[in-house]
Amino acid sequence: MMSESTPNMQQHPTALQRFKESHFWHSFKADRVAQLSFIIFVTYAVLAMSASFIAPFDPYDASQIDIMNSEIPPSWQDEGEASFPLGTDAQGRDMLSTILYGTRVSLMIGLCAVALQALLGIVIGLTAGYLGGRVDSFLMRIADIQLSFSTLMVAIIVLAVFQATFGTELYQQLAMLMLILVIGIAEWPQYARTIRASVLAEKKKEYVDAARVMGFGRLRIMFRHILPNTLSPILVISTVQIANAIISEASLSFLGLGMPVSQPSLGSLISSGFEYIFSGAWWITVIPGVVLVVLVLVMNLLGDWMRDVLNPKLYKG
Amino acid sequence: MAEQNNSLVQISDLYKRFSISGDLLDQLQFKGGKLTRRKEYVHAINGVSLSVMKGEALCVVGESGCGKSTVARTVMGLLTPTAGQISYRGERIDNLSDKQMLPYRKKMQMIFQNPYASLNPRMTIMETLKEPIRFHNPSMAASEIRDKIAEVMLSVGVDPSWGERYSHEFSGGQRQRISIARALAVDPEFIVADEPISALDVSIQAQVLNLMMEAQEQRNLTYLFITHDLAVVEHFGTRVAVMYLGTLCELAPTKQLFSNPRHPYTQALMSAIPRLEDNRPDYIKLSGEVPTPVNLPTGCVFHGRCPHANERCRQEIPTLTLLDDGTQVACHGVEENRV
Repeated sequence: MMSESTPNMQQHPTALQRFKESHFWHSFKADRVAQLSFIIFVTYAVLAMSASFIAPFDPYDASQIDIMNSEIPPSWQDEGEASFPLGTDAQGRDMLSTILYGTRVSLMIGLCAVALQALLGIVIGLTAGYLGGRVDSFLMRIADIQLSFSTLMVAIIVLAVFQATFGTELYQQLAMLMLILVIGIAEWPQYARTIRASVLAEKKKEYVDAARVMGFGRLRIMFRHILPNTLSPILVISTVQIANAIISEASLSFLGLGMPVSQPSLGSLISSGFEYIFSGAWWITVIPGVVLVVLVLVMNLLGDWMRDVLNPKLYKG
Repeated sequence: MAEQNNSLVQISDLYKRFSISGDLLDQLQFKGGKLTRRKEYVHAINGVSLSVMKGEALCVVGESGCGKSTVARTVMGLLTPTAGQISYRGERIDNLSDKQMLPYRKKMQMIFQNPYASLNPRMTIMETLKEPIRFHNPSMAASEIRDKIAEVMLSVGVDPSWGERYSHEFSGGQRQRISIARALAVDPEFIVADEPISALDVSIQAQVLNLMMEAQEQRNLTYLFITHDLAVVEHFGTRVAVMYLGTLCELAPTKQLFSNPRHPYTQALMSAIPRLEDNRPDYIKLSGEVPTPVNLPTGCVFHGRCPHANERCRQEIPTLTLLDDGTQVACHGVEENRV
């Protein structure tokens, strides 16, 4: 291992070649669950992004909705109609279109909220870990306090107060932004703690000393040298956090504090169908519920797989 | 002292201690019904003074935990001294801000012990070498930077076409060459090497050592070389500083130290080198262990294990004194001609 043997290093591997030879790609090729999860996730993402092109109806357009079409069961049932493959909800909206749009809303909130969490968490975690001392204690105590409030509790209070103060009208316009902000701000300590822990391990390594000896500034060392080396844990928690954010959003919507009925997410769809479930209209709740569960399951499976692959104790590289 | 005139780096009366008693809550203790605050320190360096001459390779030797690496890291500004001064070409540098320190960063560089940790795993060799050059020479054109990188890579025997590779694709020896290239990239005149070869295979050690000597000749470098390998010292060093428990025992030209060690600790250390000779002097066996650096012994730190120790050694801390043959030694016994 220590010998000075020089393998043929003449040709430069491209980024793609390097990726194809990586441990990450090899274990992905070997893991059926990961492949399946990834395919399902990509399908979700593609369908959600192209919802406005492929959906047969526009659920946001009131002129396309006919109340007379309400509560039509899925097309495979006796009373079903072919133009509504998954049936309609209580307002007569096509379930398939509404679910496609709802998945888009859910994914959007999940991704944006996690992006916000990651931004806050990375900056705070890096600062705390690298600077250490009082700054570290202060930031981590704030994180502890933040963690002692559950996300849902904070979200419910903030959203309810917002609704009460500024009225439901304004809230409905800003619902998506508010959800992103609330879920994003409530969960940053998860990131901050994980990143701080790996920064503490990284900053003891000699390449950080070498950078300091070069006279590089703190920000350059933190973001150019240490941050890239903490990417593995960031990637792992990101997948899990997206799943969590989608669930949080669905729970809030279910409680009536999330997306308004006119722009339903998966959570508000489930909630709106809940009243009809005992009158036989099960599909309004169950179908979006299954869609949500599969989405979250797939994200969690991907996260699990990634944690196994990137676990530095199992594999170092 | 006349030798101060051509000294490059001057360390004077350096102290460094590390707190081991944790934060305020851990320090509070109940003792006899009273709440007291107790602080404990590891005394890593205790009054070390030495100057590194221009163009020399000053080796610092000593056993594990004697403060060699702490000296190196304090000189480089990675640690701030508790007391004492460090000056570079007569200018004090230990109290400078990061910004004021920048011009010295170009002049002073460091090579680290572990070649597996001293290169950023997420950067290609090219990026690793390019960043310091560009940082310290913002006006340099891209082509000049490329030429400079190629030049340093060639000078350490690394093929410039390997630049796009990541550090984990190289062996330990190659990585250490790249670390040396990184240090040389900013054209330093002084290099601190903290056990640069102790993590390497024996067959590679000589190569890296020769590389460092070549670089010294070509670039007129000055080294502060931290090591615990006495064979390396004999091969590499112009002068040797022997440390024991955070203090300097003896500072002498290499040949003199090996042929005529004066300090009792140095004598014991030299006698411990395995040799293929029959007529070697008897192996001096020291009794006891190195005392803990938390509670330093009074007087000479070596008195507990020294066969020549007397009452004065137990009371008074010896200072480094210059002998007739150019050796500097901190020992009451040598001063009094007892040893």
